[in-house]
Amino acid sequence: MDIAQLQAYGYFTLITILVIGLYSYIYHLYTKKKDADGVDYESYSNMALKDDIDDTPVAPISEDEVPVEGVKRNRRDI
Amino acid sequence: MENRPLEYDYTVAKMFMLTTIVLGIVGMLVGVILAFQLAYPELNLVLGEGLAEYTNFSRLRPLHTDAVIFGFTLSGVFATWYYVGQRVLKVSMAESKLLMFLGKLHFWLYLVVVAAVVVSLLAGVTTSKEYAEFEWPIDIAVVVVWVIFGISMFGLIGIRREKSLYISVWYYIATFLGIAMLYLFNNMEIPTILGQSAAGESGIGAWYHSVSMYAGTNDALVQWWYGHNAVAFGFTVPIVAMIYYFLPKESGQAIYSYKLSLLSFWGLMFVYLWAGGHHLLYSTVPDWMQTMGSIFSVILILPSWGSAINMLLTMKGEWQQVAASPLIKFMVLGSTFYMFSTLEGPIQAIKSVNAIAHFTDWIVGHVHDGVLGWVGFMIMAALYHMAPRVFKREIYSKSLMAAQFWIQTVGVVLYFTSMWIAGITQGMMWRAHDEFGNLAYSFIDTVTVLHPYYAIRGIGGLLYLVGFLMFAYNIYKTMSARRVEESELQNASPMGA
Repeated sequence: MDIAQLQAYGYFTLITILVIGLYSYIYHLYTKKKDADGVDYESYSNMALKDDIDDTPVAPISEDEVPVEGVKRNRRDI
Repeated sequence: MENRPLEYDYTVAKMFMLTTIVLGIVGMLVGVILAFQLAYPELNLVLGEGLAEYTNFSRLRPLHTDAVIFGFTLSGVFATWYYVGQRVLKVSMAESKLLMFLGKLHFWLYLVVVAAVVVSLLAGVTTSKEYAEFEWPIDIAVVVVWVIFGISMFGLIGIRREKSLYISVWYYIATFLGIAMLYLFNNMEIPTILGQSAAGESGIGAWYHSVSMYAGTNDALVQWWYGHNAVAFGFTVPIVAMIYYFLPKESGQAIYSYKLSLLSFWGLMFVYLWAGGHHLLYSTVPDWMQTMGSIFSVILILPSWGSAINMLLTMKGEWQQVAASPLIKFMVLGSTFYMFSTLEGPIQAIKSVNAIAHFTDWIVGHVHDGVLGWVGFMIMAALYHMAPRVFKREIYSKSLMAAQFWIQTVGVVLYFTSMWIAGITQGMMWRAHDEFGNLAYSFIDTVTVLHPYYAIRGIGGLLYLVGFLMFAYNIYKTMSARRVEESELQNASPMGA
């Protein structure tokens, strides 16, 4: 098998794997609906809509900043 | 000072807003001059024979493309990143002295590179590679600026309060990584002074001159892998980042489907990088590669329309806002132009269509309905949304903005319709032959026929430039308009009459 043939098989395999990966991702998104943290993907839109500096994060990075629905917090209080 | 509540810091965003506007004016003004030069060639000598070197089409053309791509668009990308990044990550640049320093360093070094580019292009110093004209010393400076941008971006992401990254941040990261990879590989070059000719000469040419590390067809392949993906990661990916933030924010509507936005993201990343081969159809590159370029270009419709439809559906049930707000108009029309040009591009990439379209003005028309209609409209909309928030003042004039919208829309329509007609006429005339296979027309025949369309294109471009000057004036006046309260800035931007 010459190098061109190897490249062609390699290319085909790569594309197949990527296609399977992409479709699995679609299946995962629309069946699970939530990510590994249990957050509904759709609620991530709020990262743009509620983006004042004292708005509660959708999923805070720090344990100290547990979100309370609808409550704006002052960072100086934490 | 100690008790001041934490606020987002827009210092760097404001600096880049300024360069977006200034370089936008430069790029578009040069574009209009070029358009009229094509219609009226005597304009090449507009400043007299003595200065013809600096005013002719070929000297100015890279200045137009590079000012629009690397000046106007990239400044817009940086300005919006330094605004959107903080907000969706819920972290202020004021919280880190280092990030603030890097942001400012990013801006000032960028400005130095811009100056070097303008001087070198006007002096005619280029590598002769389209959209990669800069010689090696400037390339190194570009890489330094880009790395600082990267550190600044990942630094901000590193200190974020929001665990997940908003979809726009994904697109900004992709812009950073994509351009870094493309720029490095396409600008691999050897300074001629280090080389040795076959005859044994060394130290050839000026110290700043270089030649590509690739030769012949390989060079063309790398160049168009770069060239087309510069469109992908400069004109598409960061602009999608902007619309995913600014349209929901300005309209107060959640993205129609966040899942679709994630899916379109991976689709776009997966497909775009393979499509560049369509620039080399009917050339010396392997046939399978040309076919692959065509096929991937057609598949590209799916992720592109995924994002565009997602944006349009975000306005579902809220279409009255399009009528009421010129700012939303800009974004909705921008998204529509995105759909339109991402359908047009794949059609042009089909081999049989490309046989007519290649090298004609239709291609120029395609680029401009994308850049004027999508990139330009979206960046202006982003700056209009940011202005009241960074200056804490209402937008100076809503009616001026509405007038600008219509003037520019007419400008874009005149531009692309004239180029469609010109391009297809050109393509058909070049192919026409008699029963013995002799070409029916000479090149100058096509030039004569195309003259009216070139004039219309110039007028279209001029209208767009006039609209852009109105935009610049509106933003300038906004800086001294009525002050607004925090509560007025929640969603729809406050606008004066």
